[in-house]
Parts: sequence; structure tokens; C-alpha cells
Amino acid sequence: MHAYTGTILRVDLGRQRIHTEPLDPASARAFVGGRGLATKMFCDEVDPAVDPLDPANKLILATGPLTGTSAVCGGRFMVVTKGALTGAIACSNAGGDFGPELKFAGYDMIVFEGAATEPVILVINDDDVELRPAGELWGKDVHQTEDALHEQLGKAFKCVSIGPAGETLVRFASIMTDKNRAAGRSGVGAVMGSKRLKAVAVRGTGGLSVADPEVFRTACLDALAKLKDGELTGIALPQLGTPVLVNVINDSGAFPTRNFQEGQFASAQKISGETMAEQIVVRRRACVACPIACGRLTAVPDGKFKGRGEGPEYETIWAFGADTGVSDLAAVAKANYICNELGMDTISAGATIACAMELLEKGALPEGEVGCDLRFGNAEAMVDMVTRIGRRQGFGDVLAEGSARVAEKYGRPELFMGAKKLEAPAYDPRGVFGMGLQYATSNRGACHVRGFMIAPEILGIPEKLDPLAPGGKAAMDIAFQDLTAAVDSSGICLFVTFSIGTPEIQALLKPATGFDYDVDEIMQAGERVWNLERLFNLRAGFSRKDDALPQRLLHEPMPAGPAEGKTVPLDEMLAEYYRLRSWDDQGRPTKQKLDALSL
Amino acid sequence: MPAILVVDPEKCTSCRLCELACSQHSGGVFRPSRARIRIAIRSEEAFYFPMICLQCDDAPCMLACSVDALVRDPTTNAVVLIEERCNECGICGAACSYGAIDFVEDKPRKCDLCGGDPECVRFCAAGALRFETPEHWPEAQRQAYADRLENLVEEGKV
Repeated sequence: MHAYTGTILRVDLGRQRIHTEPLDPASARAFVGGRGLATKMFCDEVDPAVDPLDPANKLILATGPLTGTSAVCGGRFMVVTKGALTGAIACSNAGGDFGPELKFAGYDMIVFEGAATEPVILVINDDDVELRPAGELWGKDVHQTEDALHEQLGKAFKCVSIGPAGETLVRFASIMTDKNRAAGRSGVGAVMGSKRLKAVAVRGTGGLSVADPEVFRTACLDALAKLKDGELTGIALPQLGTPVLVNVINDSGAFPTRNFQEGQFASAQKISGETMAEQIVVRRRACVACPIACGRLTAVPDGKFKGRGEGPEYETIWAFGADTGVSDLAAVAKANYICNELGMDTISAGATIACAMELLEKGALPEGEVGCDLRFGNAEAMVDMVTRIGRRQGFGDVLAEGSARVAEKYGRPELFMGAKKLEAPAYDPRGVFGMGLQYATSNRGACHVRGFMIAPEILGIPEKLDPLAPGGKAAMDIAFQDLTAAVDSSGICLFVTFSIGTPEIQALLKPATGFDYDVDEIMQAGERVWNLERLFNLRAGFSRKDDALPQRLLHEPMPAGPAEGKTVPLDEMLAEYYRLRSWDDQGRPTKQKLDALSL
Repeated sequence: MPAILVVDPEKCTSCRLCELACSQHSGGVFRPSRARIRIAIRSEEAFYFPMICLQCDDAPCMLACSVDALVRDPTTNAVVLIEERCNECGICGAACSYGAIDFVEDKPRKCDLCGGDPECVRFCAAGALRFETPEHWPEAQRQAYADRLENLVEEGKV
């Protein structure tokens, strides 16, 4: 096969057995790879009712056909499992250098089954694959773990690992790679922790072919030129990284502040991308094959929040900044560094702390239980709590369950700001209606990277939609969800879609794989993946009632700013969404739709 | 004056597209382990550096070769391998201080500037790699000098 290695690595952690199996070309064509193909295999093999932390859950690390090629941003890999935070199908993806290295070692994906009795690591050195005792690595943070692996195995090895958060089953633990890159959301790190798999280290020296090198090269150079020429991919993201959005979203009145109580943060300027560039950025950092280089190596040189690492990204700035009412950029960066080191999702960590802050403010959470002054705006308490969560110390042990469970525990479930137990990210849908529909319908819960409706609603890509009107949102959201599923399956980064679309992606996939793809087949593959994920969730017990938003967003008008007085007209958009998806009024795909998608 | 492969390490973002493009162009597969350009990445220190063959004057690899298998290409000024002459002794690799010569099944492999159109340069979006002739540099230097002066005037320092 071309673009695929053609080999899947299957690791039974319980029986300590490793074997390889061939990739099925027909499935590869229908589901492309990455998120799609891994989800197909996961759904075929795993009972949707499984407890996410049970050994019967599986964990798949999957690359796409474009991973490891010179296709723009082709450095991604995906993690597919049933999420520990959500109980829904999870696909979290990360960049860095692990995915390409796995393919150079000769594997498209790794399927982990069962659970080890003692902590282990998987070491892949081309054809040599073995499980080894994790020994003293268990308990180490992510940076210490990678350093130790590089010391033991050599610096050529690329790693994924979990930190103490994954080991102690923090519900929103992430899987980290290249030290600071995260497959962040849904609690994939807790699943890895439940399998007592501390790390995977891979070194690959082999090669990867494409079906038609000349045509593929032309497509790569064309896409590269378009990304360089794009306003976002060629200027804004290279200059400021994702934090470029802080001022943009705050100005549009959709920057959730103090657990979504307001839509603008008065101190946004202090934590903006521009301020970050002035104060803490050391250097840009790219994932493999990425011309954008949105990553930022940063340092807080002194003071109580002294540290060094990568980030914060826009979502992280929001979570540890506006959402917790903190306006100290150094504290935000420090909270990010701690999350990277302990291995947990910055969005859920910050949003859970923000939820606790509001519970405290509303008197629902007894002060004595918290152990520190966890008020909105208290930077020191916020940073302190991040460490406590990651190590499940004190009140951190409670917050490690995520804000849906915390809000429920203290009798105010409506103060959880998210959907399907996944904390919503940095956009208040009262100011961007389509994002509200996206949060409600996303298969992994309230998430921005399943259909980034900010592109049309705020940035005008591919066309400008009025953010404060429901019209056209369902159709656009569906198009974005399907396109994103196709992109995630290809192995390239979602950010390419700011400058290129399905024609360019088709122009890459066809000569890479040799499959005679046309544009429609690629979009249909995305739709197939979306419907398959939906079917898994339905069988896992989710239903129409879970396509929901917090009461605040539906009934409490935005207090001020450009979206003043607005609430999200979800029912109207949702009905149209179901209709356009050819799902019934309970959100179940119709038989005709499933037949059309060969599901 | 032949063009020179110029490295501007401060612009490098560590994306390694050059390694991917090079390996595909020179070996027909994406295989960074066989790329003739490598990025040294030490992200903890915020250090990345594209490592290339410098096509040295008085190239030690050429001088070390006893069978004249390494010769200077008169058009590109690259040091290139004539495979038929190579006796696979490996001394060229030992002579190079930059690790610019790799061995595949005992045969040396090195950058030949793609015959005058380096593939790595085409894929370097960051502008860290450029293929330029020195005759263009003085004008660029004069412009940069003028920019600095202009700034000083604006700041009232001149």
C-alpha cells in the first residue's frame, strides 16, 4: 500500500502479547485512516456500554495516510477510545513528532487491549517491539518521563506518555507527546492510566512511499503556497499563535468570563496574544511538516510563577484567565506548564476550577472543604489548585472528577458549563450561535475542534455568517463537522482548513494513497465517520436529551457587550440540524442514511 | 557566481519539511533518517539548527578520498559523488566534521544541491533556507543598514 504502512500493531496488555496484522485496504478507503479508521475498528471491537476505565475498553493511537509525508501539517496522530470524562466516543489528536515516527517504524496504528497488572512501557525500535516494566518511571511527571526515556533509549526516540494525572485517573487527564503537546480532551490519559501503560517510545528509520510522487509533490507545494498566502495560516497564526484570538473573541463579546457569567473580560489585554508575545514568548515551535508553527516556547523568568515550557494556547489562556477571572499572564502560563507536566487537559482543568469558584461564590460549596481561597481572580489559589488536581491532593481530588460531577455533587448541576460532561471551551455561544449548535451536537461533547464555527461566524471563512442569527448554522455546522472528520482521518491538522478545502485535500489524498478519490467521496467519508460516532454514542446510552446546552446559555441573556440580551436558540437550530443530517426527531440516523453511507 | 545554500537558523521553526522533501527527492520515499539535511532540535533550549553539507572549499571529504570519487561540480559548486569510482572505504565520512555524509549499505550519500535547485529550499516556508547568489547580498545589506539608520533618526538618536 502507498501512504499507509499497511500494518497495525496490536498489543494485549493483559496477556503481554504483541502481534501485527494487515490494514484492510477497503476499510482504509472508506474511512481514510486516523480518526475514521480507528473509530471503525473501535466500534467493531468494543461494547459501547463498557466502562471507560475497564480493561475491556480499548485505546487506539492512529495515524492518517498523510501523516509522515510532506503534506502540509501532516504530523498528526489521533487517540480513539471511550472517554473517561464523557463516556462518549473520544478522538483527541496531537501533533509533535510521534505520529510520523510511528509510520517510519512501520505502523499505521497501535491498538491497546486489556490492562497490565504492573505498569509498563511499550518500546518500538522499527521491527523490535517489546513491553517493558515501567519501573521507576511510574510516578514521574511527563517531562521527567521523556527525559528518562531519552536517557535509557537515546534521543532519537519519540514519546507519548501520561503523567501523575493519568496514573491517578484524573477524569480529564491527557496523553502528552513531545513533552508539551497534548491529545488533551475527553480523558484519554485516564484510559491509558487505567491500562497501566506509562509511555510509548518509538524510533523509526524506514521510509514511506506515495502512489504518485510527482503529482503528490505538486499538490504539496500548491497547498503550502496557499497556507503561506492565507491571512490566518500565513500571518496571524505564525506571528501570534492561537492567542491571536484573545482580543478578537473578547471584542465580539463571546469571551466567556467567570464561568460564563459574562461575555467580555475587562483585563483581556493583559492576557492577549500581543501581550504574550511581548512578555513570555521565547521562540516559535512547529509540529512535523507544519508551515504555520503556531506553537510557542515560553518562559516566565522570575517571580512566584517562574517556569519554562510551551504555551499557553488561546483556549488555555481563556481557561486559566478569563474563565477563572485571573488577569496575570504569568499565572496562566504556570498553570499551563503544570498541566503539561502532570498530563491533563488545560480546558477542563481551568473550567472545572471556574465552576468550583462559582459554586463557592453562590454558597453551594462550603469554604472549609476547599482548603484555599478559591475566589474568582485569585491567581495563586488557581495555580495551586491545578497542582492539587493533577496529583489528586486535598480538594483537588474532588475537582479531578470534572465540573459536571462536581456541580452535581454540590447540588447545582446547572453550573456545569458544557455538554456530555465535557467542559465547553473559549467561546460563549450566546455570542456565536453556531458554536452553540456545535457544542450540543459534537460527538465528544462541547468542543470547538469538531466544527470550528468561529471561522464563518467571526472570521468570515469561507463566508461570513451573522453570529447572532440561527439561519444557515445547521448546514454550515454539518459541513464543518464532516470536513473536520475527513481532515482528522487524513492525518493533517485542522488548521489547514483556514486556507485550503476539500479540493486541495482530495488533491493530496488521491496521489498519496492511489485511491481514486473525488471530492464527494472524501466529504462522504467524513459524514460516514460522524454518523458512526453518533451510532456508538446512541448505543452507549446517549440520546436527544444529551444534545443540550447549560440552562444559562439558553435562558440567561448575555448581560452586556455586542451579544447583550442574547440567548442561544438551540431548539430551532437543532431541529434543522437533525433534518439536514437525515436523522429522525430523536437524533437517530435513519436507515436510508445509514444505507447510503454503507454503515 | 554559483548560488549558495544559505541557512538562517533564527527563522527555522523545527518543522522538518526539509528533511521530508529531501528524502523523497533523493531516495523516492519519505524517510528523514536518510535525509541529507537534518534539523538539530533541542527545544528545551529553544535551539533548532538546520545542518547541511557546507560544500567546503578544500573539502576534507574530497581531500581524504584516495580514488577521486568526490569531485567538485563546476556548475553548482557542490561536492558530488561519482559512484563508479567509490571503493566504499568510508574515509570521507570520517573526514567530515559536520556529519554531512551518511552511509547506506556502505555507500556514501551526501547533498548534491539537487543539481542546482534544492528541494529543501522549495519546502522551507519559514525562509530559513535560501538558495542565493552572493551578488545579491550587498544590496540587501545596504537596505538593512538604511533601515537601521532610519530607525535611529526616528528615535532622535542621530
